[in-house]
Amino acid sequence: MSDARVDRRQALDLFENCELLELGEMAHASRLKKHPQKRVTFAIDRNINYTNICECQCRFCAYYRRPGDADAFVIDEAVLHQKIAETVELGGTQILLQGGLHPDLKIDYYIGILETIKRDFPAIHIHGFSPPEISHIATLSKLSLKETLQQLKVVGLGSIPGGGAEILDDRVRTLISPNKIGWQRWLEVMETAHNLGLRTTATMMFGSLETPKELIEHLFRVREVQDRTGGFTAFIPWSFQPSNTELADEVRQPATGVDYLRILALSRLVLDNIDNLQASWVTQGTKMAQAAVYFGANDFGSTMIEENVVAAAGVHFSISLEELVNTIQEAGFKATQRDTLYNLIKDF
Amino acid sequence: MKKFNEIAEKRRAGERLSSTEALFLYEEGDFFALGKLAAEINRKINGETVYYNINRHINPTNICVNQCRFCAYSKLKGEEGAYEDCIADILDEVKNAEEFGIREFHIVGGLHPDWPFAHYLELLQSLKKEHPAIVIKAFTAVEIDYFAKISGLDIPTVFKRLQAVGLQAMPGGGAEIFAPAIRDQICPEKISGVRWLEIVELAHQAAIPTNATMLYGHVESFADRIDHMEKLRALQDKTGGFQVFIPLAFHATNTDIRKKGETSAIDDLKTLAIARLYLDNFQHIKAYWVMLGEKIAQLALLFGVNDLDGTVVKERITHAAGAKSAAGLSEAYIRNSIISAGREPVERDTFYNPVSSVQGGPNV
Repeated sequence: MSDARVDRRQALDLFENCELLELGEMAHASRLKKHPQKRVTFAIDRNINYTNICECQCRFCAYYRRPGDADAFVIDEAVLHQKIAETVELGGTQILLQGGLHPDLKIDYYIGILETIKRDFPAIHIHGFSPPEISHIATLSKLSLKETLQQLKVVGLGSIPGGGAEILDDRVRTLISPNKIGWQRWLEVMETAHNLGLRTTATMMFGSLETPKELIEHLFRVREVQDRTGGFTAFIPWSFQPSNTELADEVRQPATGVDYLRILALSRLVLDNIDNLQASWVTQGTKMAQAAVYFGANDFGSTMIEENVVAAAGVHFSISLEELVNTIQEAGFKATQRDTLYNLIKDF
Repeated sequence: MKKFNEIAEKRRAGERLSSTEALFLYEEGDFFALGKLAAEINRKINGETVYYNINRHINPTNICVNQCRFCAYSKLKGEEGAYEDCIADILDEVKNAEEFGIREFHIVGGLHPDWPFAHYLELLQSLKKEHPAIVIKAFTAVEIDYFAKISGLDIPTVFKRLQAVGLQAMPGGGAEIFAPAIRDQICPEKISGVRWLEIVELAHQAAIPTNATMLYGHVESFADRIDHMEKLRALQDKTGGFQVFIPLAFHATNTDIRKKGETSAIDDLKTLAIARLYLDNFQHIKAYWVMLGEKIAQLALLFGVNDLDGTVVKERITHAAGAKSAAGLSEAYIRNSIISAGREPVERDTFYNPVSSVQGGPNV
């Protein structure tokens, strides 16, 4: 393949007709061109969910609760700080702070938690609040996206996770997450953040009700914003995990491992302007993540000392730092810890 | 790449690979090039077909006089967790086997210190009596050797007796790694590699087809694996009695062998591809999903594999009892896995005859 960019038609053709190993080989070559050192990076972090109360109630989600449900919660400051202290102790550099779209919490609440975290843990990087949350906070607080992001950034928000993207197409969104922001608003949050100097990631949840064309459109919509801003650090595709969700009955066969690798490889080839592609060991398992680093991925995400959302959908892969490093090394790569912005910290 | 291309050309021309060449593939073979070559060779032999079967595992006891260091299953008599199922219980457990589409009983167990040979004969006889259409694939070479010892009979006579009560095929376990230096470390009490091969040869002579396995990813080297496969290939030249080769990925948890983690996916896939290329006289190479995980087993279909195991039965039984989560894989899941990898699922019997049970499915 030449250096010319893959267009939509070619992408669809690759997706539907290319032999997986051919596609993988191209993706791997492209990855090695960008990252010639045979390295797989990862962060040490913890996913902290500040609330599971959510107005959005997406049909693919097994995590959310309604206000008043017996196990609905908003995190306690003491608990939150305890979790961060443990993360720091384990060599963690960041927390991923995300939660449901709480009907009552306005921007003051979020400013409050960021301020107290930064007061007690000035060095910790806060990767927090995906676009649906940002948009929700803005609406509830009667602020523009820009004002919301600015106010959060001033008190310590370091970067924004790329969740809630699902499939960036409103037909699919209406079916799987009817109450969530549309694809344009999602990208608007990201573009606004990028313009304020906040880096973000982008995700994609495939394997629910999308068509191949919609899946490919997702990649191109992300690529087009990246052409303008350069603000995406990484792209992270993962597959819909049906257990315990409303959508389970409509998605008869969850995406297979081969589907996952095909989409990963295609993402590497289409997203030629995003440096990092994450393997999702948390949804695919460590063995598939090992295969993934030959199909375009160059990053293992993070150790995720705590993960609750995928676990709620019945998928439990947990891993220690030692196992994670060993998993990468056994796949034939050097394991390197990085920070949230992909600066290298330590080779193992 | 030049050397790889030479090896590839040789293999395409139908020539046999040397052990040195197989070792080169392990040490230097490119992941994608190996996979593509193995897939190409497999396609020539088996087309797009990928087999699976529906069988029921029966493990009569975990009490075993051997204490292999890689084994997390065996117990001593009286030890906590030790069990022995009486024949009546086994019959009761499998009484509805036909309803679940089961075509094979796969029977392996520990070397029980007290059971006489007659006990095993009775087990087979009773199963066969109640389930005449279900194929009995039972007992590894290690168990056969033990039966000879406890009964004072020679191996051909042991086979004759077992065949008389229904034995039709044998699984391939107990092979581990043939190299004596490795066996000394992982299973010092087990029969030698030479003896394993001897017993399997006698099985083939008695018209009992068997499987062949290799337990890898513990303390052995690549050269040990090639040596193992070389011996299987030589015996297959002689007898033609092996149906399938199944590399088994070692799992260290709860065993006495200290090792970090599992085998890597890369090692699993390369091993399957190299087996496909090196074992030119084996028609079938199986990815055993129970050990590899179902996702890597699916990916293996692009690395020269043409058989996924079954063992779908337990899952069906649990589902029939109302359970939502699955310990095994459903037939639909296996078929979907195969189709999603771009291949054609075909249910087979023990002897690799296609059988068709799925209505409207692409079975040939």
